[in-house]
Amino acid sequence: MNESTTKANRVNRWALWVIKGMVGIVVLILIALLGYILITGLPHISWHFLTSPSKEFGAGGGIANELFNSIYILVITLVISCPLALGAGIYLSEFAKPSWLTSTVRTLIEVLSSLPSIVVGLFGYLVLVIKFQLDFSIISGAFALMFVNIPLLTRNTEEALTAVPHSQREAGWALGLSQWRTITKIILPAAVPGLVTGVILSAGRIFGEAAALIFTAGQSTPVISYSNWNPFSQTSFLNPMRPAETLAVHIWKLNTDGITPDADQISSGASAVLIIVILLIILLSRYLGNYCYRKMSGTK
Amino acid sequence: MNNIQKRLLKPSAATHQDRRGRLISFVCVSFIMILTVAIIGFIAIHGLATFTDNHISVWDFLTKSDWNPGQMGPNGKPEVGALAMIVASFAVTLLAALFATPFAVAVAVYMTELAPKKGARMLQPVIELLVGIPSVVYGFVGLVVIVPAIRTVFGGTGFGVLAGSIVLFVMILPTITSLTIDSLKQVPGYYRNASLALGATRWQTIYKVILRAALPGIMTAVVFGMARAFGEALAVQMVIGNAAIVPTSLTSPTSTLTSQLTSQMGDTIMGTLPNNALWSLALVLLLMSVIFNVLVKLIGRRGELK
Repeated sequence: MNESTTKANRVNRWALWVIKGMVGIVVLILIALLGYILITGLPHISWHFLTSPSKEFGAGGGIANELFNSIYILVITLVISCPLALGAGIYLSEFAKPSWLTSTVRTLIEVLSSLPSIVVGLFGYLVLVIKFQLDFSIISGAFALMFVNIPLLTRNTEEALTAVPHSQREAGWALGLSQWRTITKIILPAAVPGLVTGVILSAGRIFGEAAALIFTAGQSTPVISYSNWNPFSQTSFLNPMRPAETLAVHIWKLNTDGITPDADQISSGASAVLIIVILLIILLSRYLGNYCYRKMSGTK
Repeated sequence: MNNIQKRLLKPSAATHQDRRGRLISFVCVSFIMILTVAIIGFIAIHGLATFTDNHISVWDFLTKSDWNPGQMGPNGKPEVGALAMIVASFAVTLLAALFATPFAVAVAVYMTELAPKKGARMLQPVIELLVGIPSVVYGFVGLVVIVPAIRTVFGGTGFGVLAGSIVLFVMILPTITSLTIDSLKQVPGYYRNASLALGATRWQTIYKVILRAALPGIMTAVVFGMARAFGEALAVQMVIGNAAIVPTSLTSPTSTLTSQLTSQMGDTIMGTLPNNALWSLALVLLLMSVIFNVLVKLIGRRGELK
């Protein structure tokens, strides 16, 4: 072995160790982060914490309303944004031919996806809350989140549809099906696993989103009753026109306005709840994705 | 006879359905386009009001650092200088990218080159989880862990650019990592084989061949990470200190564009100068995110693997 080879080998060994060390640091950061949140947060999670309303000034408040608001806004957002993103994804993957219009659409969707969510929130404030007079409400919040969600979902839909082999389309056309029938009867079912995974993952993103909601869904929740099922009643929990503070906004507000004496405990408890829900969402997306894939493809 | 001809020439039910479907999907796309244009238009109109209605000079806005739009300054004009916020935003973004890039590239190289199967299976969930953690949680942990830590080590309040960039470092790490992985995967296998066949070591192959071939992709990943860092609002707002002054050191409280928007927007009245000035900050944010987009396009066009 000559001089330069051994030197190269030495450098090689060192470099590989450095890389492994850096990977180790990243893993340690994640463990420390998750460990910190769960260890400080889990002791505060109790049935009482999950089911009692928050208190503005006193200690011992829970997160019941915030948790419900988060889920409710998430559901409404998905209901609004899924059909839109599905339609747009179908157009982009099946109908769009290379043209200035198509490239403009793609550029605009990219711009929309890179807009800071606080900018989306401010737009929502300006247009939904003030111009359309929806006030701070669940509907305003859901529309603002729709802006955050649509670019993600559209790209995901497009990818899932493009991933379906072209031979499937040709088979459909060869059978004399129209393009639309080919899409709805052959392509969409084949793309279901990808679509489901995408929708659930985007749900995880929205669930923790706060910046877009501060000025749209508001930073407070009125007194609501969970036994009032009339969505038009002011005190009903289903009323989409009431202000609704979500879990993520609650954590932010506790740590900025800090008048609640046990803000740290509530925040750590609420953070742990957020993380656990998002973990569950990730696991669910994997499970459902795999399940749909097995169902659709018939493999065991 | 005529009847048959008419029937044959009439579009079938399937054609109608086809047209309807195409129309529906086109309407969806147009709707999204209109929404995007509306956002950009509204923010631009409101952001420009500071300069058109209140006659503040754009140059003063970008280069002066006295931020006090609610009151008159010594020269009888309101003080609308956003330099502090612009400087702080760029400072946290660049620092975070500087911290995160080496780690992201290391993780990506480890996952794709060194321990492909095992490493990927172990680290994939780590990355997904880091992406999934909401930004307020990062902010909260930063507030209760990192800020006090900086306070004990460096003195001062602990709030400032350093705390902000550490929080952002962890937040953009997974973004850069996953995009870098994509670009490393696109490097053809025969590049590796050719390099190894020439007698290069693992590291030489990685450093001189793979990373170089993937460089445009890695740069795109970094720009995406920076775009995310630049636009992140709440996590930064919780740890930056929120004082609209140009940062003199890494540990002095300051304010970014996003943090100023989040903390002040609720306190101003629509249509007044303080409010318009905030919309101008939002406009700067919007322009920056467009610039990041253009950058990504440019890098992508230059660095296509041929």
